[in-house]
Amino acid sequence: MKVGLLYSRIRKDEKLLLGELRDRDHEIEKIDVRKEQFNVSEAPDVFADVDVVVDRCLATSRSVYITQFLDAYDVPVINSAETADVCADKVKNSLALEDAGVPTPNTEVAFTTDSALETIEKFGYPCVIKPVVGSWGRLMAKVESRSAAEAILEHKATLGHYQHKVFYVQEFVEKPGRDIRVVAVDGEPVAAMTRSSDHWLTNAAKGGEVAAFEVDDRVRELVADASDAVGGGLLGVDLMETGEDYTVHEVNHTVEFKALNDAVDVDVPAEVVDWIENKVATETEASV
Amino acid sequence: MAETVTAEDPLTGEEIEIPADVEVGEIVDSPATGAELEVVSVDPITLEEAPELEEDWGE
Repeated sequence: MKVGLLYSRIRKDEKLLLGELRDRDHEIEKIDVRKEQFNVSEAPDVFADVDVVVDRCLATSRSVYITQFLDAYDVPVINSAETADVCADKVKNSLALEDAGVPTPNTEVAFTTDSALETIEKFGYPCVIKPVVGSWGRLMAKVESRSAAEAILEHKATLGHYQHKVFYVQEFVEKPGRDIRVVAVDGEPVAAMTRSSDHWLTNAAKGGEVAAFEVDDRVRELVADASDAVGGGLLGVDLMETGEDYTVHEVNHTVEFKALNDAVDVDVPAEVVDWIENKVATETEASV
Repeated sequence: MAETVTAEDPLTGEEIEIPADVEVGEIVDSPATGAELEVVSVDPITLEEAPELEEDWGE
């Protein structure tokens, strides 16, 4: 098959995927999104003859818009525009999880510093403020006192992009020093790991220590539901242990898996490419 | 050990060693400054300073 790979930088994750695709003799069209223009009525030539496009754009804004263009051009894309749209925005992500009955941390959004402060006081301390877009744990704040809350809100309102004036406030979940990342394809777990740290942020990108995690039935069920809630695809589902159950705090749509691949015995890129091959074969059969 | 090749660090002008299997778009670190460099061509290997990370990058 011919696979288009949308990118703006090639990380180890993309190299692993490209290596696997090349090992299986698939034709690759690397598409640097910085060099393309996207016309509303006509697809760029670079998409001609591709069987599927894999979106590996780091920039969420690019990912969200380009997948919409690909939908309009009738070019199959992983992940879909719907999934990208929901996962790119923490508000939409939280609403989708809640709507699907997936346990997710209690979250409230406010649009002014005064109303955000009311929300924070309602949650009590500590609680968490997150930007509605962005990852790698950046600009997340664990708010431990009213004076800290006032300062953070003022800084966000004064210095922030307009999106930082959407105050996304979340209950603080007392997790056991780790969270869980499950990489899944259409809701089926490929592999999972824990990310542990003494810091409240346990992201691998923040230096969290990773270890293989065996998916139990409950995690399997939650991952399937969370995947359905956001439209499916190749996803990174993030969960925290709450004692009796789990809570899903986020689903990521351009998931990084290099840390996971090092932490588990599963060949993650091989599993992902298996899934892509099956998906393309199924869709090709369906359209014949 | 993976094979390496040399290329010029655009920030320092020094020859630096990078993996031989790099491809266009890949990011490598400048050993002297720690800055991120982007591979813009592989024949010959040419590096440029990589664009800054932006807020909405990465998962």
